[in-house]
Amino acid sequence: MSSGYNFAYLDEPTKRMLRRSLLKAVAIPGYQVPFASREMPLPFGWGTGGIQVTAAILGRDDRLKVIDQGADDTTNAVSIRDFFAKTAGVATTLSTRDATVIQTRHRIPETPLQHGQIMVFQVPIPEPLRWLEPRETETRRMHAFADYGAMHLKLYEDVARYGRITTAYDYPVLVAGRYLMRPSPIPRFDNPKLDASPALMLFGAGREKRIYAVPPYTSVKSLDFEDHPFTIESWDRPCARCGAADSYLDEIITDDRGGRRFVCSDTDHCNQRLDAKEKAA
Amino acid sequence: MSGPILEVRDLEKRYGARRAVAGVSLDVWPGEVLGIVGESGSGKTTLLSAIAGRVAPSAGSVTYDGRDLTELADVDRSRLIGDKIGFVHQNPRDGLRLNVSAGGNVAEKLMAAGARNYGALRETACRWLDRVEIGRDRVDDHPSKFSGGMQQRLQIARVLATQPQLVLMDEPTGGLDVSVQAKLLDLLRGLVDELGLAVVVVTHDLGVARLLAHRLLVMKDGLVVEHGLTDQVLDDPAHAYTQLLVSSVLQV
Ligand SMILES: [Zn+2]
Repeated sequence: MSSGYNFAYLDEPTKRMLRRSLLKAVAIPGYQVPFASREMPLPFGWGTGGIQVTAAILGRDDRLKVIDQGADDTTNAVSIRDFFAKTAGVATTLSTRDATVIQTRHRIPETPLQHGQIMVFQVPIPEPLRWLEPRETETRRMHAFADYGAMHLKLYEDVARYGRITTAYDYPVLVAGRYLMRPSPIPRFDNPKLDASPALMLFGAGREKRIYAVPPYTSVKSLDFEDHPFTIESWDRPCARCGAADSYLDEIITDDRGGRRFVCSDTDHCNQRLDAKEKAA
Repeated sequence: MSGPILEVRDLEKRYGARRAVAGVSLDVWPGEVLGIVGESGSGKTTLLSAIAGRVAPSAGSVTYDGRDLTELADVDRSRLIGDKIGFVHQNPRDGLRLNVSAGGNVAEKLMAAGARNYGALRETACRWLDRVEIGRDRVDDHPSKFSGGMQQRLQIARVLATQPQLVLMDEPTGGLDVSVQAKLLDLLRGLVDELGLAVVVVTHDLGVARLLAHRLLVMKDGLVVEHGLTDQVLDDPAHAYTQLLVSSVLQV
């Protein structure tokens, strides 16, 4: 750990402030708690909200995993992992199973999460009603009164225009039967993983200065219609690397003649499956 | 139901030293249309806003179906008004979502009330478009593309779709061309009769009052100066101010 930084970069009063907001967020599942977002040595859009949450909860014994899309090796993921290795001296890992804290931008890992693990989501836009209502005072009132008549409207408009619900990312959910929440830009494939998860889910939006949470074993329901039920994406082929038929696949262009393959977006999951196959062989 | 659906008692709204509404009482019975007429500044719009829970009264009570709205917590009042009481704005842009399709505008409050079947929602929306004489082929269009008269008819469909028991209207035909006004009034009168709605309609236009209202209140300076059956008030006004109002209409 380099000298000249406080543990995990942020000073202790800032971390205490963040922890108070986090505790409030956990106490009121799905409710957006304002916090005094700090300048971080990374630009907005690089997950400054998630980084502040991670900084506030990291302990010296934690093992941190960072994913961007589903991968541990993208520039963004590497930068954030290096940042905490340097400022907190914590162990890092690529393994979902070994991690105690997982910071993420777009995915929830395929490997089922365990009780005691914490997911930290980097959130660009926290307010699920913003597309409909630009005024913050009005969206706050709608949340306070659970005035969610508008909450199905986006789905209605989808079906009216395209014949089906086309919302693929950031699919709106109702948390603990009370608060409407944006799950951050995860694919709707990952929404069922939020429901009654044994792990703690924390969401940080740096630019918008909001923190919210889903405590372990909390109901998270994806909105839908009786005649247009919520469904997750599916593919007509398995992963071209590991053969998984039940994971979220990314399309990879393999050459300049239009060749393409579909492989797991969760690289750790894909690699673990390949390793297990090789050992068995 | 055995009593009035709406009872207003000694309602006051003060802004500083000025009393915009200076102690008004009224009853509205199920199926009855009450008109409130007066010039601008008479307090009629403030009275309507207070009944709708949009401004907090300084004194008095507003009792809807046996529950005093002024005594309810904000959230309960908001929910009760949202479920049971409709509000038609003078400017349809205040009562519509312009960036949402016509069908979505009608379906929104049905979804708020728990409707979760898309096909049924869409069919209900289309039936309401029929009733307000908007073609079903416009169901996916945004109301920003509609004429003023169509926007007002869509607002009415949106308000009536949840079958409120009481509808409050603020100058519902204001801001429209005279020919469009006449058509809208016909439509409104038909719907009110057919649905047996209780309505409070505020207007400065005595022609609107005559066509829609069963009973009239005449307001001046925050007070009710005359009330009675519509024909009686308009044809044989007792109060000097009402006589002036009626004669000024006749001069137009
Ligand atoms: Zn794979």
